Amino acid sequence: MELQETLEEGYVEILDHLRKRSLWMLHYCTACGAIELPPTITSRFDAERFGIAPFVTSRQSDILLVTGYINIKTLKRLITVYEQMLPPKYVIGFGSCTINGGIYWDSYAVLKRLDLYLPVDVYIAGCMPSPMAVLEGFRTLMKLIDEGKANGWKKYIENYDYYKANQRKVLKW
Amino acid sequence: MVEKLVLVLTPVFAFFVGIFLEGFKRKMVARIHRRYGPPLHQPLLDIIKLLSKKENISHGVMFDLGPVILVGASILTVLFLPLPGFKQLTPHGDLIAFLYIMVIGSLGMALGAGESGNPNASIGIARALTLMLGYELPLIIAGNTLVLKYGTTDLTKFMTLQSGFHWNLFFLPLTAIAGFIATYGAMGEHPFDIFVAPQEVATGPMVEYGGKHLGLLMIGHAIQVYIETAFFTVLFLGGAANILTFILKQLGVIIVMTLFDTVLPRFKIENAVRYFWRWPTIIALLGLFIVYIGG
Ligand code: SF4
Repeated sequence: MELQETLEEGYVEILDHLRKRSLWMLHYCTACGAIELPPTITSRFDAERFGIAPFVTSRQSDILLVTGYINIKTLKRLITVYEQMLPPKYVIGFGSCTINGGIYWDSYAVLKRLDLYLPVDVYIAGCMPSPMAVLEGFRTLMKLIDEGKANGWKKYIENYDYYKANQRKVLKW
Repeated sequence: MVEKLVLVLTPVFAFFVGIFLEGFKRKMVARIHRRYGPPLHQPLLDIIKLLSKKENISHGVMFDLGPVILVGASILTVLFLPLPGFKQLTPHGDLIAFLYIMVIGSLGMALGAGESGNPNASIGIARALTLMLGYELPLIIAGNTLVLKYGTTDLTKFMTLQSGFHWNLFFLPLTAIAGFIATYGAMGEHPFDIFVAPQEVATGPMVEYGGKHLGLLMIGHAIQVYIETAFFTVLFLGGAANILTFILKQLGVIIVMTLFDTVLPRFKIENAVRYFWRWPTIIALLGLFIVYIGG
C-alpha cells in the first residue's frame, strides 16, 4: 500500500512538472486590463515560449484569466465558464479591480473581491498590470503548480457551499 | 515476426514524426512573427497535459467514439502508406483504397462532434465536409494522372519508379502543383482553416471537446500531419531511399506549407470551394491532358 502511495505521489509530481509547461488560457476580456494581453502574447513578450497560449472555449482551457472588474451580470457568466472548465483549472485575478474593486470601490454594480466567488490562485496587482507583471504572474502560477500548491479547484469542490452562498447573495440583488 | 513488429511500430513512428513536424511548425511560425517560440516538444507536452486531466465531460456514446474513430482511421491510413525499406499492410499499397480511408477520420469526427449539440460544432462540421468536397476533386484528378502515367495504383512502385531524381515534381509540375494545393487544403491551413476558425466558430468541431478527448484528437492530428506530408512525398517528391531522407522531405513540405500558412488570411467557405473547383482543378486537368497526349 505504501509503495503504491509513493508511486502515485511521484507520478503526480512528474505530471505537475510537465503540466506547468502547457497552460491554455481563457481570457475573459470584459474590462480595460485586457488591452495588456496582446503585447503579452505577441512578439515583444511572447508568452508562448512558456507554453501559454490563448484559447477560445472553456472546455479546452486551464487558466481562467479574469481581466478586470466583475459586476453581477458578468459574474453569472464567469461562474458558468469556470464550472465548464475541466480540472485541474486555475484562476488568475488580473488588475486591482479583482482584488478590491479598484477605482470602482464605491460602485453599486461592481463586485469588490473575486475570491469570494471563485477560488483565485494568483493575483496580479496593478491598474493595469504591465506585460512584465502579467508574465511574472504566469511564472508564479507555474511555480505553484510545480510545487503542487495551485489547488484552487480542489478548494472550490471542498468549500462548494461557501462559494455558492456568496454567489447567491450577490446574484439575488 | 519482424514484419509484424514493424507494422505495430509504424503508427508510433508516425506519431512522433508528426509531433516533431508540428513542433517545428510552431517554432517556425514564432520565428516568422519574430518571437522565440515554444520548445520543439511543446505538442507532446500539450498532449500529456490533456491526457492527465482529472475529469471528462461526455455528451453521449458517439461523442466519445468520435476521437477514437479519428485515431483509428489515422492509424489504418498510416499502415497503407509505404515506408522506404519496410513492408506495410498490403504488398500492393493501393492508391484508391488509400484515398478512400483518408476521409474516414473526418467523418468520425463529424459524427462525434455532431452529438455535442453545440451550434458552433455543427457549423464547423458543415464547413469541414463542404471543404472536403472542394479539395477531393483536384486530389483525385492528380492521383489518377499518376495512375495513368505509371499504369499501376501501387504506391510502393510509385516510389521505386521515381528514384534517381525522376521526381514527378520535375516531370509533371502542373499535377504536382494541383496535388500540393489539394493536400494543403486537406491539412486545413490558412486560408483553408475555415472549419477551426477560432475567431468565428470557436474551433468548430472541437468546441465541446476537452481533456482526454481533445488529447486523443491531438494524437490523431499529429498522425494526420504525418500522413498528408508523407502522401505528397510519395506521390511527387520521389519517395525516399531511407527513413531519414523521407523525414527530411516531409520537413521540406511542412516548411513550404508554413510559409503560406503564416501570411495568408482566411477564405469564406464558398470562396474556398470555388477556388478549389477552379484553379487546382483546371491545373490538374491540364496535367492529365499532358500525360494523356504524351502517352
Ligand atoms: S484594475 Fe484598472 S485596468 Fe484593470 S479593470 Fe480595473 S480599472 Fe481597468
